Amino acid sequence: MKTLIHITSEKLDPQACLAAVSYPECGGIVSFVGTVRNQTKGKPVLKLEFEAYEKMALKEMQKIADRAKAKFQVEEVLIHHRAGLVKVGEEAVVIVVAAPHRKAAFHACEYCIDTLKETVPIWKKEFFEDGEIWVSAHP
Amino acid sequence: MKIEVIAFGIAKDILNGNQVTLEMDEQSSVADVRQALVDLYPAFQGLASLQLAVNADYVNDDYLIKENDEVVLIPPVSGG
Repeated sequence: MKTLIHITSEKLDPQACLAAVSYPECGGIVSFVGTVRNQTKGKPVLKLEFEAYEKMALKEMQKIADRAKAKFQVEEVLIHHRAGLVKVGEEAVVIVVAAPHRKAAFHACEYCIDTLKETVPIWKKEFFEDGEIWVSAHP
Repeated sequence: MKIEVIAFGIAKDILNGNQVTLEMDEQSSVADVRQALVDLYPAFQGLASLQLAVNADYVNDDYLIKENDEVVLIPPVSGG
């Protein structure tokens, strides 16, 4: 069974995510893969940790998928997010949108990642050589 | 009434724990709970935002909290 909305401490699988939302009636599939950057403002990042209020995060991710489907002409939305420790280069988030036409898929995919970053209760901690910080916590 | 507030992210560091129990008046709103927390832990004032979720949903400041509500502190989120 495919899981469209998912939070996991296992590695994400973008290929499997793409395959999960492939439909004959959809001519456009747009994906966004967010990976862990090796630096922030020039400071080397060693690793990341994501903490999730999982019950609510899944609800908010589902809302985003539902709104994307209502707002744009898209058939299916998949959002997978990592939790726990994530290494540099690994995927933190995978979003895949399938639509009959490409424009709707591009717009919906951007809407999903932008909204996720604003509403989904997941917190990122960056680990540097000289300490660690919760990202975006302070103005 | 007693309200248990659960914390995530930097809110955990500020509370120095996963949760805190507050003694609040009946008919306390989300805004009242936030104010009580800021009074007890001034470091919350330094955050870019501090929302509260009740029963796993965002609620408005005037939401009246009931004794068995699941109240969670939502500091600025940073997923993705």
